Amino acid sequence: MRHLGVLARIRLDDAEVERLTGQLDAIVDNIAKVSEVATPDVPATSHPVPLENVYRADVVGTPLTVAEVLQNAPDAADDRFRVTAILGEEQ
Amino acid sequence: MTDLTRLSAADLAAKLASREVSSVEATQAHLDRIAAVDGDVHAFLHVSEHALQAAADIDRRRAAGEELGPVAGVPLAIKDVLVTTDMPSTSGSRILEGYMSPYDATVVARSRAAGLVPLGKTNMDEFAMGSSTEHSAYGPTHNPWDLDRIPGGSGGGSAAAVAAFEAPLALGSDTGGSIRQPAHVTGTVGIKPTYGGVSRYGAIALASSLDQVGPVTRSVLDGGLLHDVIAGHDPHDSTSLDEAWPSFAAAAREGARGEVLKGLKVGVITELPDSGFQPGVSASFRASLDAMAAQGAEIVEISAPHFEYGVAAYYLILPAEASSNLAKFDSVRFGMRVNVPGGTVEDVMAATRDAGFGDEVKRRIILGTYALSAGYYDAYYGSAQKVRTLIQRDFTEAFEKVDVIATPTAPTTAFRLGEKIDDPLQMYLNDVTTIPANLAGVPGISIPSGLSADDGLPVGIQFLAPVREDARLYRVGAALEALLEDSWGGPLLDRAPKLGEVR
Amino acid sequence: MAKDKLMDFDAALELFEPVLGFEVHVELNTKTKMFSSAPNPADPANHTAGPNTLVRPVDMGLPGSLPVVNEQAVRYSISLGLALGCSIAPWSRFARKNYFYPDLGKNYQISQYDEPIAFEGEVQIELSDGTIIDVPIERAHMEEDAGKLTHMGGSTGRIQGAEYSLVDYNRAGVPLVEIVTKPILGAEHRAPEIAKAYVSTIRDIVRSLGISEARMERGNLRCDANVSIRPRGQEKLGTRTETKNVNSMRSVERAVRYEIQRQAAILAAGGTITQETRHWHEDTGMTSPGRPKSDADDYRYFPEPDLLPVVPAPALIEQLRAELPEPPVARRRRLKGEWGFTDLEFQDVANGGILAEVEATIAAGASPASARKWWTGEIARVANAEGREASDLVSPADVAALQLLVEAGTLTDKLARQVLEGVIAGEGTPQQVVDARGLAVVSDDGALIAAIDEALAAQPDVLAKIQDGKVQAAGAVIGAVMKAMKGQADAARVRELILERAAQ
Ligand SMILES: [Mg+2]
Ligand SMILES: [Zn+2]
Repeated sequence: MRHLGVLARIRLDDAEVERLTGQLDAIVDNIAKVSEVATPDVPATSHPVPLENVYRADVVGTPLTVAEVLQNAPDAADDRFRVTAILGEEQ
Repeated sequence: MTDLTRLSAADLAAKLASREVSSVEATQAHLDRIAAVDGDVHAFLHVSEHALQAAADIDRRRAAGEELGPVAGVPLAIKDVLVTTDMPSTSGSRILEGYMSPYDATVVARSRAAGLVPLGKTNMDEFAMGSSTEHSAYGPTHNPWDLDRIPGGSGGGSAAAVAAFEAPLALGSDTGGSIRQPAHVTGTVGIKPTYGGVSRYGAIALASSLDQVGPVTRSVLDGGLLHDVIAGHDPHDSTSLDEAWPSFAAAAREGARGEVLKGLKVGVITELPDSGFQPGVSASFRASLDAMAAQGAEIVEISAPHFEYGVAAYYLILPAEASSNLAKFDSVRFGMRVNVPGGTVEDVMAATRDAGFGDEVKRRIILGTYALSAGYYDAYYGSAQKVRTLIQRDFTEAFEKVDVIATPTAPTTAFRLGEKIDDPLQMYLNDVTTIPANLAGVPGISIPSGLSADDGLPVGIQFLAPVREDARLYRVGAALEALLEDSWGGPLLDRAPKLGEVR
Repeated sequence: MAKDKLMDFDAALELFEPVLGFEVHVELNTKTKMFSSAPNPADPANHTAGPNTLVRPVDMGLPGSLPVVNEQAVRYSISLGLALGCSIAPWSRFARKNYFYPDLGKNYQISQYDEPIAFEGEVQIELSDGTIIDVPIERAHMEEDAGKLTHMGGSTGRIQGAEYSLVDYNRAGVPLVEIVTKPILGAEHRAPEIAKAYVSTIRDIVRSLGISEARMERGNLRCDANVSIRPRGQEKLGTRTETKNVNSMRSVERAVRYEIQRQAAILAAGGTITQETRHWHEDTGMTSPGRPKSDADDYRYFPEPDLLPVVPAPALIEQLRAELPEPPVARRRRLKGEWGFTDLEFQDVANGGILAEVEATIAAGASPASARKWWTGEIARVANAEGREASDLVSPADVAALQLLVEAGTLTDKLARQVLEGVIAGEGTPQQVVDARGLAVVSDDGALIAAIDEALAAQPDVLAKIQDGKVQAAGAVIGAVMKAMKGQADAARVRELILERAAQ
């Protein structure tokens, strides 16, 4: 569960870990249910209405202005987004 | 003067077109109504400061003799899942508080182009995860029929807004029933179009392969009018269908004449158990079928053996896609940031997502992460996608025998706020009737079928049609609506308690 | 950074067998990005764009945004797949690779996973001794690039020790093709050379297709080199490392050599190799450990629900196949014959990665010999000294123009080198540099004769020697005259005139 928290970038406290661990069973139940009919001969459907080769012509559109790009930035400097250090200490 | 907020969108549009009423008057009436009742209902997260200006613009253009569309000047409520340039878009989440989009969702842009006047943004379960609107970070919406009850979800705000006469039209989004189930519990009309029939561009994604934007209204015709505005191919959405859609408003008008019921084959699913359905819901459903049969419709039992696997498949696919779609909320480019003194950006992301997401969202992200993580993709997500194939086959076979399928829209009427919030499995079961349409991509409509005899609360009937046959739903829905309103002596919502007088 | 122990290369090869593998990322030079209509920074038209000026909503993962595939990028990818000898998948699709990183707007990369557009190919490369080697290709798939992080604060400007980082999403969404080889066995002592030859062959292929500028120093072409070694006689492959940040052909060669020597030293001392990414440092010529492979590498791939399958029409594939340029090895053989170079001369050009430049210079009017002389001589010298790619310094058209000025007698070789310096410094075309710097040869005999007479007068003994028939004595006068003319004279003409004056 802690590993899932790391993968999903959500800090989980002990209570949350405990509560969520119990709920993984729901997923396991769903898997068991689905497995009853999801046999190898059944193809998977990833798009409910099948389409293919949907493309855009290579024609330049209008980019956002820098002001629009940074409009909601929690922190910015030099026309870029500013984030705190990515790795704490030298490895 | 008539209360402009009680008019249907179609009637209001007619008065606007004939210049009997101005858009500013109509918009002001709705803003006044919001001011009067939304303190109780809490359908809106944001009321637009630009509505009157937009309305005045429409009036000016009409006065200048400009050819305007059929709904120009009619006010519109917009679910907060849709991004807008002139109002914040939060998707009901704290993590997006105050977020301003640099672009409009395609459906919003088309609505503006059609002259609809955005009134505000409506409340919803956070990131559209829920069936009660109780999972909004900004507090629940209350059902106008009984303020102690849920308005459904995730689009409870849009449904409550039209049910409370705060707006004649609203936009919603439906991933597993989020348009249809709120319609059911609020006595309104909700349509989930064919997947790809309406653009998803600018709809903050929950589960990309299930999400669909659609109309929330008080009548089938109004639904058709709004659907006509938002439908059609959008090059910004790869999954958008390149179709020439017929006019859904025309289909509704045609259906209201009633001939469509003669010889119509209506499928009823054998496997849907009566148990689990509230008796008043079942009774209302059967009464509607009887009314249709009396007009010459043929009720046919059909088998859909894989529908019962739908909920399990849905709760594998949805969290998986959602866990990925919601990864973008990381404090870097927009939204909340929780600083962690001495921490790295990884710590900041984790702390932000912990503080910014509600429990239900965190739960589904974690479950989805689990369902996709190392080696489980095939067993989990992949198997669930196979169930979609099986459900599609059920639909295909059924539609060889019948024109539409009918179900109660949801198993129960509106439950009390807080009643089921800690029982996620029970909440999940609420979606059993609506989910198959999202898994298979077929269109669905919910219209009021009456009040439940047990509790006097609204009940909806759902019709499903084959992919691309949305117009059929408008014909059938409008026919039954006309029949029922005849028997009731007016719209069901006329029987809703007057707000402001209930307490 | 602690210094790694290295084993002598030949000694390492005696004990261990190296196994190579490469992941090369090619940025396509389409007008727009892979999934948005934002201008593509890998298109030369956009090289000077400021930060965050080439961004559409999907490039920065704005809520509600959706990707739409660039058709040209798909065609380019098919062409590249075909040029790599791959089969083109009749049906492929995109997948999401989920991981959090601030340069990734959506916190997933749209890539291809188990269904790449091209698979199972083979690329012929030629080594300096003419040996041809087949490099087996596992797959080539389409994906999008990430944005650019700049690490601020701290002493090094590197990620370690930085206080904060700045993110620019211009590069986010640039179309990439990632080419993955199968393990390359039997490389032996030629492993470093194979590495370089492979990457330069990929560069030649994408340039001849016209689908990428393929400039390593600009990141258009990026190579991750996988290196493992195994004790002689051992069946099982050793643990590999993946060296990133290798930004030049020369570095590819050096990095592979370094890793072989480093791993050999560890294994010989009884240690074990850690599976990890390593970073190549151009300045020190060393690699340093990056992130070890960990739990965080669980990418949770799943089919991208916002995009649809890529199902290229067989007719399109055949059309693109018919349009393929000549493969690099065949092209080299042909050019060698056409140009009449000796083996050694041709290798000089080919190994310098300047085949295309020499070819274009010849096409612009220079003789093969002079084109070769410029590119392997003065231009290569400057490139080496400045640590840049020769092709970046000057255009083939300018080199041909320079050579024509020499042949017309406007420039001496020495003057021409000065003009080249001006061209490299961005002062304009050769003619513009000649004009601006006033570097043309003094072809006015009157001025030369005046200088000669002055020099002869100053050295009467030399004049006597010349008149005595000791013609080589003229050299001293030539030197004086050239000095007086600041080098802007044709030495041969000066010599002729000296002999004429002395005879009078
Ligand atoms: Mg890679
Ligand atoms: Zn890659």
